[in-house]
Amino acid sequence: MEPLLEARNISKVYPNGMAANRSVNFSLQKGEIHALAGENGAGKSTLMKILFGMEKPSEGELRLNGAPFSPSSPQDAISKGLGMVHQHFMLVPSFTIAQNVILGAAPRKGLSVDWKKAAQETADLSAKYNFSLDPNKRVEDLSVGMKQKVEIIKALYRGAKILILDEPTAVLTPQETAELFSQLFKLRESGITIVFISHKLKEVKAICNRITILRGGRNMGVFQVSDVSEQEISRLMVGRDVALKYDKDNIPPGDAILEINRLFLKNEDGKTKVSNVSLSVPGGRILGIAGVDGNGQNELARAVMGEIPIASGEIRICGKPATGKLQGVRQLETGYIPEDRMKQGTAGDASISDNLISIRLKSPEVCSKGILRKKKISALSESLVGLYRILCSSADQKVSMLSGGNMQKVVVARECSTSPKLLVADQPTRGVDVGSAELIHHKLLELRKNGTAILLVSADLNEVMELSDHLAIMFNGQISAYFEDPSQVSEEELGLYMLGLKKQEGIS
Amino acid sequence: MPSLVDMLLNPSFWFSVLRVTTPIIFAAIAALITDKAGIMNISMEGTMLFSALAGTIVSALTQSAWIGLLGAMAAGVLLSLTLAYFTLELKTDVILGGVAINLFADGGSIFILYLLTGDKGTSVSLASKVLPSVTIPLIDKIPVLGAIISGHNALTYIAAATVFAVYFMLKSTPLGLKIRAVGENSSAAQSVGVSAKKIQYLSLALSGLIASLGGAYMSMAYLPNFSRNMTSGRGWIALAAEAMGQGGVLATSAASLVFGFADAMANALQMFSLPAELVGIIPYVATVIGLILYSVRIKNAKKRRGASKKPL
Repeated sequence: MEPLLEARNISKVYPNGMAANRSVNFSLQKGEIHALAGENGAGKSTLMKILFGMEKPSEGELRLNGAPFSPSSPQDAISKGLGMVHQHFMLVPSFTIAQNVILGAAPRKGLSVDWKKAAQETADLSAKYNFSLDPNKRVEDLSVGMKQKVEIIKALYRGAKILILDEPTAVLTPQETAELFSQLFKLRESGITIVFISHKLKEVKAICNRITILRGGRNMGVFQVSDVSEQEISRLMVGRDVALKYDKDNIPPGDAILEINRLFLKNEDGKTKVSNVSLSVPGGRILGIAGVDGNGQNELARAVMGEIPIASGEIRICGKPATGKLQGVRQLETGYIPEDRMKQGTAGDASISDNLISIRLKSPEVCSKGILRKKKISALSESLVGLYRILCSSADQKVSMLSGGNMQKVVVARECSTSPKLLVADQPTRGVDVGSAELIHHKLLELRKNGTAILLVSADLNEVMELSDHLAIMFNGQISAYFEDPSQVSEEELGLYMLGLKKQEGIS
Repeated sequence: MPSLVDMLLNPSFWFSVLRVTTPIIFAAIAALITDKAGIMNISMEGTMLFSALAGTIVSALTQSAWIGLLGAMAAGVLLSLTLAYFTLELKTDVILGGVAINLFADGGSIFILYLLTGDKGTSVSLASKVLPSVTIPLIDKIPVLGAIISGHNALTYIAAATVFAVYFMLKSTPLGLKIRAVGENSSAAQSVGVSAKKIQYLSLALSGLIASLGGAYMSMAYLPNFSRNMTSGRGWIALAAEAMGQGGVLATSAASLVFGFADAMANALQMFSLPAELVGIIPYVATVIGLILYSVRIKNAKKRRGASKKPL
């Protein structure tokens, strides 16, 4: 059968000399769900940008329905029947669902937009695929899962026959993911072809027909999903075997290092972000905090590190009250992997080496009598770069030149190498490739073995489930569930707590 | 000596409120349009001033008030497109660009005036034209109301029409939807093929066009000729009105009326034996008070929202 969309020998070399795609072949059959898998930087996004008219290939050709196809802009690609659901939603918050759907392609009635028709067509599309969206609801009031549906409807409204979904489940709870999958099946039944970009192999196995694997800009093969195992896929993606399960050393818990007591936090506008949270983490244990983004997890982590003031309650680290200043908390032998590695975790214009020593300037190893000890610093940096496998030309390279995974490894190297008593890790592997994530996980487990108490905030359920000794789930600023042993709980049950559909009795 | 109450009961006072509100409303609506498209355009003062001069010169040259008005409009659009070019193509800071336009218009208008008339103060030596006043049939017969509403300059009625036209445009037309989308999340607009740059160019041009009407009003209606710095802060007051209106067309117009009221008060109080300088600061004090009230309200509203936020 002739493919619906075909990319032949696509190469893309950026002006800075980086080759993002090297002779990649990619083909889509009508009516399939096709997975595109690969680590960050493997060239998935570049390939999709080329299909969607956002980038021009340096070499190679595209064919749509057998005819040459060279989209000049997203608008052009949209008019040829392609639709893209971006990872970061492209929605206008104060607009209603219908307004977002028709933006740029509004039905008219005289000078005005035909609002009735707009709402009707949105409702019709929503009903057709069981999306149950109210066209007159404002997008800012929607959950993440609903927003994603609006994005899909937006593409369908513009007549998309091929739908590209960029890591659609990264932001969803297990329930929302399950719902999305049933809707994707429905879309496939009605003849829509779907490209599913993901590195969650379980999901790829669950819903996709075929998979194309990219690594280092090259196509590592196209397979029927049923013919390859998760282990084989991840080996092709990463180039070596990846542990999907970790062994945790069985060591007894130490003294309570972090104690949080009836904590309340408010933001600048006086809105309560965290209410009545009490938690405790002993040495040698990892406490995972799971939850849908924006339910107070980030504020909790920042409050522990003294970044935001406490409204009431108390936080103690090694028995001492945490003072509400980052510098003060840092002196209590704590390490911090902040949520945003670009803005907070690193200084982009400074070198890797400068970033690595930035929290050790008081140590005589690094600085004596106010003078930096260059030789010691460079020896220390070189060893950390090696130990944490930071890919760079030298430790003097600017951090902003590194890929996301390597940038994060700089942060992790800096924070973990001081053997802190408490480590606060806020989304330590978000947007990081599988190989780097594995290394970061190993480093966290190493700290745990050495008696560090770790507070791990993550939206990645697999991550918290795998690493945590204990697990708390936050919803709307409160702890909605706490599990002494998370391995006994199913992901589906966790999802109920994350969505606030269930709450444990007797918790705050 | 007339009392304050007499003054407030006199229809001619309320007539003058509408008279002085006209340029403020034009400038405030002009600022609002670019604000909606995500651009903080502070060049109202300069745009009005330059258009005021252009209107005077063109009407003097052509001996037609209406062609003079077209000249003012062209000047306003040109100035705004200059700002657009700097902001959207050369990526300069839009506030700095706005400051530059204001400074340029301030000095440039005097320079051009001097070149043409040899006078650095006013354009009285140019035989410029004035836009006509309009008496509305029937309404002018209504007691009190007729005296307040009828008999204004054509531009005052155009201002009222502009308010409703812009309200409709932003709320109900595809263009309005695009402008608001670009202002709120330009990448969302881009993703569906709406060019943010094009929309911002367009809204800046529209903004210049509307502000230019305010300028033309100053030199071809409010006064019969141009004089240096004749906008005297109205472009800034309009920005305050726009801020208080919080992006709403009707609220912005209402805020403009409040400032117009203060302005008219200042004019009327000059009849009383108060120091002219003291009276002259009333509109500006009103602006400051207005902005304080506005920010206090915003802050309280935010607090209230935060406190009453119930768990889902």
